[in-house]
Amino acid sequence: MTHVTPGSESGNEHTVSTRVMELVVSAGFIAVSILVMWDSRRIGASWASDGPEAGYFPFYIALIMFLSSAVTFVSNIVTRAPDRSNFVQRSQLALVLRVLIPTAVFVVLIGYLGIYLSSALFIAFFMWWLGKYPVYKVIPVAVAVPLITFMMFEIWFLVPLPKGPIEAALGY
Amino acid sequence: MDAFISLIDGFAVLSDPMNIVYMFVGIILGVLIGVLPGLGGANGVAILLPLTFSMSPTSAIIMLSSIYWGALFGGAITSVLFNIPGEPWSVATTFDGHPMAQQGRAGEALTTAFTGSFIGAFVAVLVLTFLAPIIANFALRFGPAEFFAVYLLTFCSFVGMGRESPFKVLAAMMLGFSLAAVGIDSVTGQLRLTFGSVELLRGFDFLIAVIGLFGIGEILLTMEEGLAFRGKSASINMKIVLETWKKLPKFWLTALRGSLVGCWLGITPGGATPASFMSYGLAKRFSRNGARFGKGEMEGVFAPETAAHAAGTSALLPMLTLGIPGSPTAAVLLGGLLIWGLQPGPLLFVEQKDFVWGLIASIYLGNVAGLIVVLTTVPLFAAILRIPFSIIAPIIIVICAIGAYTVHNALMDISVMLIFGVLGYVFKKLSYPLAPLVLALVLGDMAESSFRQAMLSSQGDLSIFWDNALVGTLVALSMIMLFWPLIALGLNAFRNRPPGRASETL
Repeated sequence: MTHVTPGSESGNEHTVSTRVMELVVSAGFIAVSILVMWDSRRIGASWASDGPEAGYFPFYIALIMFLSSAVTFVSNIVTRAPDRSNFVQRSQLALVLRVLIPTAVFVVLIGYLGIYLSSALFIAFFMWWLGKYPVYKVIPVAVAVPLITFMMFEIWFLVPLPKGPIEAALGY
Repeated sequence: MDAFISLIDGFAVLSDPMNIVYMFVGIILGVLIGVLPGLGGANGVAILLPLTFSMSPTSAIIMLSSIYWGALFGGAITSVLFNIPGEPWSVATTFDGHPMAQQGRAGEALTTAFTGSFIGAFVAVLVLTFLAPIIANFALRFGPAEFFAVYLLTFCSFVGMGRESPFKVLAAMMLGFSLAAVGIDSVTGQLRLTFGSVELLRGFDFLIAVIGLFGIGEILLTMEEGLAFRGKSASINMKIVLETWKKLPKFWLTALRGSLVGCWLGITPGGATPASFMSYGLAKRFSRNGARFGKGEMEGVFAPETAAHAAGTSALLPMLTLGIPGSPTAAVLLGGLLIWGLQPGPLLFVEQKDFVWGLIASIYLGNVAGLIVVLTTVPLFAAILRIPFSIIAPIIIVICAIGAYTVHNALMDISVMLIFGVLGYVFKKLSYPLAPLVLALVLGDMAESSFRQAMLSSQGDLSIFWDNALVGTLVALSMIMLFWPLIALGLNAFRNRPPGRASETL
């Protein structure tokens, strides 16, 4: 579903049909099950002298997954009444991507900046970009939430969270 | 009467004032989690789990289970006032709860919902108190084959009772088992499905999956609906509460039916969501006002709430006695027990009496406390819901990220959580069920090792699974559950009636 440009303003709300998504997802299941069966065969999925081998259980698990997904896949191809309804409306997808993309950036940032600074940036960006809040409302929330988190985790419960250069400069 | 004496001992555990404090903190946090989109019983408890590692197991489980009760109560608030079910099991509550709020009877609807929850939980905890010791005692004689048969029954029940396509239930469940197999095989020490990656050695922790599937996935789904919440305001005062309570006794049969449906579906892992729909459907069929259901009928709020709460509570019964959780939240609590070094199962009732009975006693008290808390704080939580989504959403995402990180102090887990979030969103939209996936991920290792132990002791002879009456009955029941969709189809054709259409609402 990534081939749709987010935020496009055209009146066409169609993206992909539910049927196509059903096919894609069940094909995904089939691919995973083949991968699991292949790897289980590699380490041994049969019966050794001392009992079942390590791949025995996962192999049959994957076999059931393969068969049940194959039924879903085939029934979506041969059905007489295919579900042509829209999987997600274009405007809805745009909204979902507007959350998903900043969140992905946030997750990457945590590794570099630590969780506190990146949370502050993430909340500020989200409120400013999606909520259209003025700066004087954005700053207090964006500062308070990481600060409360810091107090709670690092000081009260003594659970260390990922920290970055700023915290290091402050001596944590 | 042994159970009764043990229960009194359990209340003695609660005499520690700190435990009462933890209970109230848990309930308030739980209601908050229940009303916020993206945070629910399962992932809320998963996120808060690491914070309890420094507490004693008894205090910790009291707080975490109180969060669960709070979340069960909280789901009703959003359903009634905003027509947004905060939890899947409160979907049925919106049918009559929101129309009541639109007619200005929000206080009445909420009181009905809370009282229903309370009654359902009370019946379920009575069942728990008297049935749990018996089942635990019985299960002490279980061998690996019997345990595997119980696992089999659990998973086959998902197929038989699920509202989704049985093939999707199976696919989702087997994905859970496959994810559980990733990492080091506990029997032979071989590496499975790691493909040479060091990060995959640890395997997939179900807590990460729960936070992603239920947390991030839910946020994405909520986002689709747009950013605006438009809700009704509510005030509850003593007068409304008393007037509502005067009307409720005539629905005693509805409450009883709801509680029994809930207990049954909670113990067999149908869960709270189907229980609430089934109870609503039954109430609609048997009520004299059945035709007016959906337009703001008190009974239509009462029925699903009793069942949901009864199911939520009785889901703890198989978790404590057999080590098999009946719902994703019970699975997270089970994860907690394992981390504190307590092995759930029949021996828990012998070795950790204080812990078990302290927990059961806390359910009694927790529900009374929960009822008081929700009846007095509704306006406060309704106000929290008025905070715009564009402020709440990033904060919830940050909380989920922290929760995912603290499980293993691994940065990689935050990315895994995000991937599970996208999966959760797509699966929800295509109605692949998430509960069997999560339970398979939790129980995968245990189910596999009991299967392999049984196979070892029988030298690979599958007939061990119908060797004695007990294991044979369990396996037979499992097969009935597994093929229930086919059996139901056959029965319907036999009666020459169109197939049931009960499963179109969710």
